[in-house]
Amino acid sequence: MIGVRVLVGTRKGAFILTSDAERKEWDVSGPHFAGWEIYHLKGSPVNPNRIYASQSSGWFGQTMQRSDDGGKTWEPVGNQFTYEGNPGTHMWYDGTQHPWEFKRVWHLEPSLTDPDTVYAGAEDAALFRSTDGGQSWHELAGLREAKGHLWQPGAGGMCLHTIILDPVDPNRIFVAISAAGAFRSDDGGTSWQPINRGLRVDYELPDKASDVGHCVHNIAMHPSRPNTLFMQKHWDVMRTDNAGDSWEEVSGNLPSDFGFPIVVHAHEPETIYVVPIKSDSEHFPPDGKLRVYRSRSGGHEWEALTNGLPQSDCYVNILRDAMSIDRLDQCGIYFGTTGGQVYASSDGGDSWRAIVRDLPAVASIEVQTL
Amino acid sequence: MIRVELPAHLRTLAKTGKMVELEVDGTATQRAVLDALEATYPMLRGTIRDHVTQKRRPFVRFYACQEDLSHESPDAPLPDAVVSGVEPFLIVGAIAGG
Repeated sequence: MIGVRVLVGTRKGAFILTSDAERKEWDVSGPHFAGWEIYHLKGSPVNPNRIYASQSSGWFGQTMQRSDDGGKTWEPVGNQFTYEGNPGTHMWYDGTQHPWEFKRVWHLEPSLTDPDTVYAGAEDAALFRSTDGGQSWHELAGLREAKGHLWQPGAGGMCLHTIILDPVDPNRIFVAISAAGAFRSDDGGTSWQPINRGLRVDYELPDKASDVGHCVHNIAMHPSRPNTLFMQKHWDVMRTDNAGDSWEEVSGNLPSDFGFPIVVHAHEPETIYVVPIKSDSEHFPPDGKLRVYRSRSGGHEWEALTNGLPQSDCYVNILRDAMSIDRLDQCGIYFGTTGGQVYASSDGGDSWRAIVRDLPAVASIEVQTL
Repeated sequence: MIRVELPAHLRTLAKTGKMVELEVDGTATQRAVLDALEATYPMLRGTIRDHVTQKRRPFVRFYACQEDLSHESPDAPLPDAVVSGVEPFLIVGAIAGG
């Protein structure tokens, strides 16, 4: 292995941070697509120099970019996202029905086996797939049949923000939608079922037993254990060990169980990381202290990681796609903030330092181990 | 030859300069100019008008000869000065912010 490449999506462009395996000296490239919102970039695990980027603008809508040289140069690819058939309506904030309208792509997930195949999670919530390197996109419309008319937007919009491809079973895909919940397909994306049993919704839904309507913020999986998923929900950190058939809460001693991202250590499938945020009405860390919390026991018991992170007067947020890991022997953890800092730890979270401090608000972080 | 001036973000997307020149067959209308523009620069499809409905995006405006043509019919003939290339057809990102 020769190092890492950190792909940073921000409110005003993309940045690419590179380092050798020591991860001490960093090169910062960018802004790419200056002035555009870059919700997400992600590289193909098959061909790391193939990177897809979601580029959008309030003026000019959604465009998509692809690089075949590790982010040095980019070419626009297809940007037509059309729902299959008549998508009908979904639940609006006030309980009325509202037409499905494409707004943007939140998340890109390249195939584990084919660099030309990539999935896109959209707002209004839908899953699209391209099999020609992003030139054309087709909706996997069976997802909306999982009670799509009852899905409702979260505060950030009705977005499909998480896509996890099972590394063992190529027909199994997990997605998560705010605020509809988590869903699983066992037939390559043709049909879907909600997997939300056990999610607590004491103050969120009138029907506590509802199988959709859950505000899932992020889900993570370790590739060696594809039936175990960890979830940061609006409130509560959850886990499942049966591919989502049932969930249990593992929030334990966290100072707040609200938050957005969740990641799993590269080599320890029971070591997970979250960044507690005070509440949904105060999107900043409790007590002005930026603390990553690590559990080495798959949840329940958490320790604060603070070395190198600001422990006073810190009021940034860390968005759901803005945390990632590398796969070097000493696992690196990375996250970006709405204040424009990208923090990195090259020792599994024991110590941190800012790679850069003054980027635009960070929307997403993905790390490629080269 | 019709001259079209692009907003900055679309110039970088299309990897072209501020002004592009287009040949338009038949009557020069907004629709014909945008068709020709998108044929030359396919990456601009969907950024100025919707892929399916072909309606102008809300924060995009069209100007020419000191006039706002944004609400004209897309099939209305463009001013003679635009058709002759004396004046450019301006595609503008609306000033929207605060």
